[in-house]
Amino acid sequence: MKIDEIHNGYVLDHIRAGRSMEIYRALGLDSLDCTVAIIKNVPSRKLGKKDIIKIDEDIVLDLAALGYIDPNITINVIKDGLLVEKQHLKPPAVLVNVVKCKNPRCITSTEQEIDQIFRLSHSGGKDVYRCAYCEMQAGTQ
Amino acid sequence: MEEKKPLRHLIEIRDLTVAEIDSLIALAGDIIARPDDFADTCKRKKLATLFYEPSTRTRLSFEAAMLELGGQILGFASQDSSSASKGESVADTIRVVEGYADIIAMRHPKEGAPVLAAQYASVPMINAGDGGHNHPTQTLTDLTTIQREFGTLEGLTIGLCGDLKFGRTVHSLIAAMVRYPGTHFVLISPQELRPPVYILDSLARETNCKCTESRSLDAVIDSLDVLYMTRVQRERFFNEADYVRLKDSFILDTDKMRGAKQDMIVMHPLPRVNEISVAVDKDYRSRYFEQAKYGKYIRMALILELLGLRQ
Repeated sequence: MKIDEIHNGYVLDHIRAGRSMEIYRALGLDSLDCTVAIIKNVPSRKLGKKDIIKIDEDIVLDLAALGYIDPNITINVIKDGLLVEKQHLKPPAVLVNVVKCKNPRCITSTEQEIDQIFRLSHSGGKDVYRCAYCEMQAGTQ
Repeated sequence: MEEKKPLRHLIEIRDLTVAEIDSLIALAGDIIARPDDFADTCKRKKLATLFYEPSTRTRLSFEAAMLELGGQILGFASQDSSSASKGESVADTIRVVEGYADIIAMRHPKEGAPVLAAQYASVPMINAGDGGHNHPTQTLTDLTTIQREFGTLEGLTIGLCGDLKFGRTVHSLIAAMVRYPGTHFVLISPQELRPPVYILDSLARETNCKCTESRSLDAVIDSLDVLYMTRVQRERFFNEADYVRLKDSFILDTDKMRGAKQDMIVMHPLPRVNEISVAVDKDYRSRYFEQAKYGKYIRMALILELLGLRQ
């Protein structure tokens, strides 16, 4: 399989296999005119299998969304066809309008145009995100 | 020129340090002992009580507190009698009311509504209960009751019984008492009404205190210093059948009280439905009506503190 090299943009590497479409949607890549390649289930020594996304445009990446979906992603920054920087993510302290609170009792379910804010917390030794309003864990109700 | 103090709100009990809580309880004690000394401390100040949900004790004790401090009150007692019934947002309501009042106490059925309100308020905001989430001024009332009874808030075994999932007073009381060394929480509830995960997580993180769970009140009542009973919160259930199935899970009666220590006290944030038999009211260990009285004094202390009017 041959995918052209990109000139100015990003290669998102080490995406956990199966998460690339979620990232595609979270970053709004469907609205871009440039070349976007999604490569799924690439053999990986570290992960067994991984996904890769290539974006041939210098867009503003939502690092909080990326860090929330998969903090192990490596961001390779490409300029004039050359790798100029490798960025490693960490779980962001705060998420704003990345995920929605699913608690039907939360004020975010009724108040107009309120920011959906989640803060990093810990549960059973794991990183979790809790709604800044009702404290419900992201993804639960 | 006098430096302006930063605006303070009480949205959750963790907004107050342990030293601040102890100081408020001491101030409430001073007010109980010398009420005349505080009679005019809030002259020309106004408290707005915005109650989107029904309340007896909390709203009336806030209003009585402000009136006894020489201040005035305004507000609404139900969502239907405010512009919320026309669809006005909390954010807009707060931006309007802050122009009429010096301090606001708000009760709202949605969890986190006071967090949002505080983002817009330029006067002190007090959470008077948000859904099944938090109720910090009830906690101040509870702590005042316990402190006055035992002379300390440390080293006590506290049984929390009933609806620990939706019981907001329980959530706030746990958040407060985990900071007092030696507290032993005994959580007594049906499996379906265990506390939310974030509360259990906060207990697991604490090394100062101990926590055990029980599905039986009889099995643990003899170990308790405080038995804090709660009502199963009918208004928080989406399914009436679940409420009916769970509502009579724990009923405290005179038989059960025989198994309790002689110096245990029974507390309840009220209103009760049937979880404490009326016969228990005559037991010398029942404290829930005294507890409700303390609510006024601790709210007087809180209003003075948040308005920066402590003498």
